[in-house]
Amino acid sequence: MDYLALYVTLKLALVTTVVLMVMAAPIAYLLAYARFPGKSLLEALVYLPMALPPTVIGFYLIIVMSPKGLIGRGWEWLTGGSLLFTFLGITIASIIYSIPFAVSPMKAAFSKIDRRLLENAYVLGLSKRATFLRVIIPNSLSGIAAAAVLVFLHSMGAFGVLLMVGGSIPGETKVASIAIYEAVETMNYQAAGMIALSFIPISYAFLLLINKLNEDSRP
Amino acid sequence: MTIAASLKKRLKYFDVDVSFSCASKSMMVMIGPSGGGKTTIIRMLAGLEVPDEGRVIFGDEVWFDSTRRIHVTPQKRRLGYVFQDYNLFPHLNLLDNAAFAAVDKKEVDGLFDLFKISHLRKRKPHMVSGGERQRCAMCQALARHPRLLLLDEPFSALDVITRRGLREELKSLKGSLSCPIIYVTHDINEALFLADEILPVVEGKNDDGWMQRTITREPGEGTTAKGAREPRLSLVY
Repeated sequence: MDYLALYVTLKLALVTTVVLMVMAAPIAYLLAYARFPGKSLLEALVYLPMALPPTVIGFYLIIVMSPKGLIGRGWEWLTGGSLLFTFLGITIASIIYSIPFAVSPMKAAFSKIDRRLLENAYVLGLSKRATFLRVIIPNSLSGIAAAAVLVFLHSMGAFGVLLMVGGSIPGETKVASIAIYEAVETMNYQAAGMIALSFIPISYAFLLLINKLNEDSRP
Repeated sequence: MTIAASLKKRLKYFDVDVSFSCASKSMMVMIGPSGGGKTTIIRMLAGLEVPDEGRVIFGDEVWFDSTRRIHVTPQKRRLGYVFQDYNLFPHLNLLDNAAFAAVDKKEVDGLFDLFKISHLRKRKPHMVSGGERQRCAMCQALARHPRLLLLDEPFSALDVITRRGLREELKSLKGSLSCPIIYVTHDINEALFLADEILPVVEGKNDDGWMQRTITREPGEGTTAKGAREPRLSLVY
């Protein structure tokens, strides 16, 4: 069995989840509480990766990450290397691909908090930042955990976008879903079956966890 | 310290336009029918809402002045504000809630003794009764050493017996507090029991005749009859 591909998948899912939890929290906060012109435009933009075919996302990522693209050129200037076909490249792709699944449950959890609680925190002297850390986050833990599980599962299943940006370099960008595809291509059904089977208990366990979290969040 | 305010704000169905002041160690009760702008006025004092025009002066500090474009944020006004519910943070137990913004965390034990909730200190808010939650909310507000205490119908969601008990405790506590207290209610009995001064507010404006009219008018008569029914009943208790 291709343990290396499974390892890359889990590593990618973990890094994506950790980065997105930190990144999505302020975006979800803005969408839940702030009022500013163009908010609905920003919200639609954040959810756009969910509505686009993965190959379309992959295509544009190739454009910006290529040595001639904006991000690719900047990266090359900084490090001398390329972003395409690297683990960092597919991590960026995976983050963009999963943003909606991080922001949406977090925003829902933040919106559920009664506004008067926040106002009470302000009256008690807490800045908006302190209120976010001391009141909003602790009262949205189940929503944040649900977001983490969703992002983890969703980035484990990414395929098209990663194949376009990262190709299939063993130990670097060859994730399990690509390994399955390649094994089937070469008629190696046994190898494909082994990897495919290993997904089922992982995904099942995470879904059970989500159900548990949803039950806990009910008062 | 005296709080003095003159506030104007345009609302959907009427305009708020009031002036009043309240000195230290004194309790002003703002009374009037529900939906008459009392909560809006108290929120403007807290800095949670911005008046269209007017001034809020606390001692020698200017908290709000529309002509000089001054607006001190709620964080910097250092006041205590207790409302009907939602003062307590669901993820913290009662002790941590009361100590949330305490000047000296050791004082919280004394406040818990005073409000008779010491045995509940480790409970979460949803595990105690509404009356116990409001006692804890009072502790939370007082532990901050507020310079002004705003109480917006703090006992209205409670049953009659609990409400009367807390009302009496508040009255006996009043003497030991050195800040001005502004208390909002729609209950005339409560107002007469607690107040040093009464400010009747109807549709955003001071209306000194409101209480008299409400008590003497027959139910079913005129437009204020609906608001009058409950205060009339409360005189029975």
